[in-house]
Amino acid sequence: MSSRRIAVLTAGLSQPSSTRMLADQLADATRRELEARGQVAEVTVLDLRDRAHDVVNSMLTGFPSEQLQEALDTVAGADALIAVTPIFSASYSGLFKSFIDVLPRESLVDKPVVIAATAGTARHSLALEHALRPLFAYLRAVVVPTSVFAATEDFGGSERSHLAQRIDRAAGELAGEVVRREPASVADPFELSESFEQLLNRTH
Amino acid sequence: MQFGIFSVGDVTMDPTTGRTPTERERIKAIMAIALNAEEVGLDVFATGEHHNPPFVPSSPTTMLGWIAARTERIGLSTATTLITTNDPVKIAEDYAMLQHLADGRVDLMMGRGNTGPVYPWFGKDIRDGIELAVENYALLHRLWREDIVNWQGKHRTPLQSFTSTPRPLDGVPPFVWHGSIRSPQIAEQAAYYGDGFFHNNIFWPMQHTKQMVRLYRQRFEHYGHGRADQAIVGLGGQVFMRKNSQDAVREFRPYFDNAPVYGHGPSLEEFTAQTPLTVGSPQQVIDRTLTFRDHVGDYQRQLFLMDHAGLPLKTVLEQLDILGEEVVPVLREEFAKNRPADVPDAPTHASLVAAAGGGRDATVHAEDDVTGRTAEVVR
Repeated sequence: MSSRRIAVLTAGLSQPSSTRMLADQLADATRRELEARGQVAEVTVLDLRDRAHDVVNSMLTGFPSEQLQEALDTVAGADALIAVTPIFSASYSGLFKSFIDVLPRESLVDKPVVIAATAGTARHSLALEHALRPLFAYLRAVVVPTSVFAATEDFGGSERSHLAQRIDRAAGELAGEVVRREPASVADPFELSESFEQLLNRTH
Repeated sequence: MQFGIFSVGDVTMDPTTGRTPTERERIKAIMAIALNAEEVGLDVFATGEHHNPPFVPSSPTTMLGWIAARTERIGLSTATTLITTNDPVKIAEDYAMLQHLADGRVDLMMGRGNTGPVYPWFGKDIRDGIELAVENYALLHRLWREDIVNWQGKHRTPLQSFTSTPRPLDGVPPFVWHGSIRSPQIAEQAAYYGDGFFHNNIFWPMQHTKQMVRLYRQRFEHYGHGRADQAIVGLGGQVFMRKNSQDAVREFRPYFDNAPVYGHGPSLEEFTAQTPLTVGSPQQVIDRTLTFRDHVGDYQRQLFLMDHAGLPLKTVLEQLDILGEEVVPVLREEFAKNRPADVPDAPTHASLVAAAGGGRDATVHAEDDVTGRTAEVVR
């Protein structure tokens, strides 16, 4: 069995966080779906709350702290991303977007992604389609068709089984995209794409 | 090894007094700092070049010419000269002139500049940044080495039978460093020409600096200029010192917290851990600076940023005294230990003249306009 790296981005702020719970359920489901396809999942959870100051500092100074760099590398080097945010004011949270903003360009190109969100009521559910999906489309990620939204009632009420079904379906789609691809490789930022002679000749 | 300071030239409010110096005060302060740098035995004074407030040094060769006239020994440099937005013809002329007036005590550091709006002020486009740096430097390199240049490029009007005057002092162009924080193409450019590479690491983690310098060193060797460990490397640094480290931290903190670039961001403690910034006793600065060599190998030039963020002139001059009297002498001694004999020092005018087999007068004499003969025909 070969091993695939799954990065989980969770932007919940409270502890315990329902956003984190949803993220963990998606990660577990993805692990199961990959195992069913003969792959072992190596899951790394990135709780953005722990990196909130680093994210803002990176915006102000222009360079990431060592801990944030590790998180950015984890995302760029992952074979798939599970991205979960609370819905604030009709969209992803500011912290979630800020992390996306400090990700180096190209980090998510052709990367399979599940988008998921939490909110107090189901009235916010289409924020996934109106806000998160276009964001990841812009970043040229491969967002699987099923997005997963969980409102408070999904964690308590009788709707639980519907949520579990959506989680499994999204995880299955994600695992399917992962196994179709070669393991992710990260471009070396210090590598030159053209020789200096080529660069010189470009201006003549 | 050379030690010096580089000034960004920001006109910033002193956060402890709420007072912002006038441009004239700041300009005169920078000049006083440069003169003091020579007095305390530093090797290099370098000025930035900026064309927007809050920065004042828009005309580096005017400043460096003034300093040259009042100093005897210190090397004059830039940090950086904007190779993208300046006309390479004017750079060739200005710095050759400065070289003559300063009796050779001149080198330059090329940089692209990091202020987007500057480009259109000079008729350029920031999206062409790397291309401009490559084309303009290629032309500058020729203007200092060929008496008559015919040239055509993409970003400037063509030159026909052009002679840049004055010709470089003793026929030897000023040494050039290329500064870049994160563009591998610039490390490559420095390596291609066998020029120096300066990593201004003051806002960056050492791990990053290490990788950029390694790239430059490898490519320097690839282009046949010598072994990788013989490449010419310079680093930035940023320090604030008092006898007791607690005093240094207490005094510097308000300047740090409100500084342009990193103010209102990470804490002083975080920034100190992540970048080469050292705030503490002279011994702490010595210890920290000596670790730079562990990351980049034996290197040739260490410049410190000392006058910024609204620090008053009196404080900066005190800092220079400590740097020159207590820190640099120890650094010289320690960096010299275990340094291979065949790792060169940073080139100076004297060493470049010697390498060229001696100086020569490079004057290009125009022919008389009666016969209409040009310098080109005579050659």
